[in-house]
Amino acid sequence: MAQTAVPGAGLPPVVLEPHPSAARPDFQIVPRAGLPIVALVFGLLIAGIAVNTPWPLQFLHVVGGAAWTVIDLFLGFVIGPIMGRLSIPARIEFTTRLMPKMVLIMPTVVTVTLAAGWQLGTKLGTVQSDYYLHGWIVASYIVVGVMAVIALGLLEPANIAVLAELKKRQPDPQVIERLMKRFIFTAGLTGLMQIATLVIMTKLAAG
Amino acid sequence: MSARRLPPVTQVGMFSLALSVAGGIYLAAHLPEHVPLAPAIVLLGASALLLAGNVASLARVAGFAWGRFFEVARWALLAYAIIAGLILYSFTRDHISGGPLVVLTLSLVVFAVHVPVLIGFTVARYERGEPDVGAQA
Repeated sequence: MAQTAVPGAGLPPVVLEPHPSAARPDFQIVPRAGLPIVALVFGLLIAGIAVNTPWPLQFLHVVGGAAWTVIDLFLGFVIGPIMGRLSIPARIEFTTRLMPKMVLIMPTVVTVTLAAGWQLGTKLGTVQSDYYLHGWIVASYIVVGVMAVIALGLLEPANIAVLAELKKRQPDPQVIERLMKRFIFTAGLTGLMQIATLVIMTKLAAG
Repeated sequence: MSARRLPPVTQVGMFSLALSVAGGIYLAAHLPEHVPLAPAIVLLGASALLLAGNVASLARVAGFAWGRFFEVARWALLAYAIIAGLILYSFTRDHISGGPLVVLTLSLVVFAVHVPVLIGFTVARYERGEPDVGAQA
């Protein structure tokens, strides 16, 4: 029988012969049932940009940004440490249920937030270089840029790769440990960056 | 876990993405004023060179799981091409044109190609040539 272990951040990996009842649940790396929802959200984004009036853009930017910030903070500081303390079967089941959803959710909310935010900023004139809080706007670009490089270069590939590994008949515990550590570490890092985002966005809102 | 030595694709990829993002921030921070394009072009060129170098170094790895790489990377490419297209749509809707639009578009192309390369590489590097459980993703 295959040995399987899903480690957590900061804890030693545990390798156990899984009990037959603790077999990995079947899952799709990209949950196809969620694709129509993603298409709908992107359709709303295109419509919002095409209409180019403040309310739909504000709605998309705030909803997307709130989801992005909350998910990053919750994943980095709440879910990550909890995952490290779950039993092995629970960790496997949690991972195979949570991470496929993240494959769809995160790129969607990030795209909606950025595209709607840019359009809104153009509409309101806040992205223009003569805006009186231009320095704060540029700071937000930098924070988002750093988060994007971390998320796209480390977090997203680790997310996909750990799911691909869990799909194998005999997942390699060391591979899963390495990738999960990378995932949880980068999630914590982007969670920290989100605090900077909150500081900047509240300053921009307050004026 | 595979002990073979692989080129630093992830590190180089992240540096390339960082250069691309820096070019985009530089342009965005100056709009709508006239933007000197030279710094953005240099950053984009360096980013594209790193992308080419990454692919070239990976192509020289003997026994790399290219089948798995392309299986993953092609779907990631589709996804990130859509994302890049949406961002580009936002730029064109704002009447960004000329040199800045060309540089931003090429930056998005580098982004939309390099991220799938990183995802495909991260999956394929751990491939051991065994079948998966259940249906394909």
